[in-house]
Amino acid sequence: MAADLQPKASSSTSTYAGLGIPLILPAWAIIGFFLVLPVMMMLIYSFLTKEFRGGVIWEFSLAAYDQFFFDRGLFGDELPKIEWTYITIFWRSIWQAAAATLLCLVIGFPTAWFIATRTARNRSIWLFLVTIPYWVNLLIRTISMKFLIRDNGPMNELLMASGLISEPIHIINTNLAVQLGLFYSYLPFMVLPIYAAVERYNFALSEAAADLYASRTITLTQIILPTIKPGIIAGCILVFVPSLGAFLAPDLLGGAKNFMIGSLIEEQFKGAAGNWPFGAAASMILLSLVLLVLTLYARQQTREQG
Amino acid sequence: MASKKVDLRRFPGFLPLTYLCLFLLYAPLVIVMIYSFNDSASITRWDSLSLRWYHDVFFGVEAPKFRAATINSITIALMAATSATIVAIMAATAMLRSGRFRGKSASFALINLPLMVPEIVTAVATLIFFSAIGFTAGYLTIVLAHIVFCIPFAYLPIAARMQGIEDVYEQAAQDLYATRFQAFRLVLLPLMTPGILSGFLLAFIISLDDFIITNFVKGAGIETLPTAIYGAVRQGIKPNIMAISTLLLVVSVVFVALSYFVGRMGEKNNDETSTKGDLI
Repeated sequence: MAADLQPKASSSTSTYAGLGIPLILPAWAIIGFFLVLPVMMMLIYSFLTKEFRGGVIWEFSLAAYDQFFFDRGLFGDELPKIEWTYITIFWRSIWQAAAATLLCLVIGFPTAWFIATRTARNRSIWLFLVTIPYWVNLLIRTISMKFLIRDNGPMNELLMASGLISEPIHIINTNLAVQLGLFYSYLPFMVLPIYAAVERYNFALSEAAADLYASRTITLTQIILPTIKPGIIAGCILVFVPSLGAFLAPDLLGGAKNFMIGSLIEEQFKGAAGNWPFGAAASMILLSLVLLVLTLYARQQTREQG
Repeated sequence: MASKKVDLRRFPGFLPLTYLCLFLLYAPLVIVMIYSFNDSASITRWDSLSLRWYHDVFFGVEAPKFRAATINSITIALMAATSATIVAIMAATAMLRSGRFRGKSASFALINLPLMVPEIVTAVATLIFFSAIGFTAGYLTIVLAHIVFCIPFAYLPIAARMQGIEDVYEQAAQDLYATRFQAFRLVLLPLMTPGILSGFLLAFIISLDDFIITNFVKGAGIETLPTAIYGAVRQGIKPNIMAISTLLLVVSVVFVALSYFVGRMGEKNNDETSTKGDLI
């Protein structure tokens, strides 16, 4: 989406030639001063000593990263062992984000396909229908999901009243609840790029395959999927990346057992833990993870184009 | 082969999955809307239809708190969206209308940076930054943080629209002795209106929606609507929260519908300008 808007050298007009730098300056100043500088500051803070109950002491220390990766016993005098607590939380987040991405793909792909194969006029109505919930406040969507899937919520009541089940299905505070919450948070990010790819797909290719006696499954896996793969990958990245650092879905739907990175970081600043350098270090590790995913994606993109 | 006519666009199972998708998207919202009209003080038991909780939202014990939070949310969103829109218009003009300049490709990455950094990381970094420079957390810190992440959302529709307008109009104006500023203000800006409006609306909704960053940078005692609602649901979902949610939901949908129609209006205009362009 965004890449389309990058100006190409040929299409660049120059009515306001020479004014480029003064015009771009406010954007540079604001994002530079209030985002780039803060991220650098965060990197510095992750190497400082913690002050109890929030804040830092300006003294270099590797304690935050050490605490993240190594367990040195209660008094810090034992031989370092690998500390699994935080690695487990990160691993769970990656796993949950991947599961949510898969859920979005399994449901979002057919939806995107269905929309893209409607008539041009109906398409925009269907797209509108799928994107409306995204514009409803994320917190409200998450609360609604929680309300619906509670043990004694409307879904279970309805199923029990209809005699389909005798005991409520327990979803809240499970992995599935978090995945449903993440699905609800980021589904349009999956549907829109896949929709764009399917819309560009030339169905003459499917016809050619059918003429050569390809079955539908073969057509789907051998012809269609490879053609629209860039859209699918873009969708997966757009869902996976925000899911990784999500806070509301795991916090409201996951309960204490399904702690994810977002909650771990939040607790260092807003909660009882109050360890700023550790929170900064965990944020740096999350940011590195995200940048790694984005770099791999960018490299793969250029390889496919080149 | 002619006898076996299959629609190659259809795959078995896709339609049910599409319906499942719509069900998952709408069921929670519809249920909350229905239960917001429940007379019961308990959220599990259905009593009878009433507007009791809407009355509670506007006149109940918690009404002043939510009213203050709503006012904060709206004023912050207005300021953040306005600033972000102005910055985005300038940036788009630089990127699409000013030829080459140093740092142009880096500028594109920079404008999109707020979309790439995870929200929680932005929240932490901003909190640390304000604390390090001794800036007291409060109303202003929220506005500044919101401007940053609103910029890319305002930029996308504005740049898309500007790219769709050929520069022949501004050149014609300049041929007729308009200054560059006049060409911008009297020619380009009016043509840009739909893009600017949808950029502004998008930024406005995004600001209104934010919870994580606001929660980190807000000062004690200052609440926006999402942080106030979050605080209220910590103890469990109460019926008045469902009434607020329904109200907010309706407002969001109206805004999106508005932005959608403004966008379509823009497309129609675009077609007209392009045919006019052909005539020239």
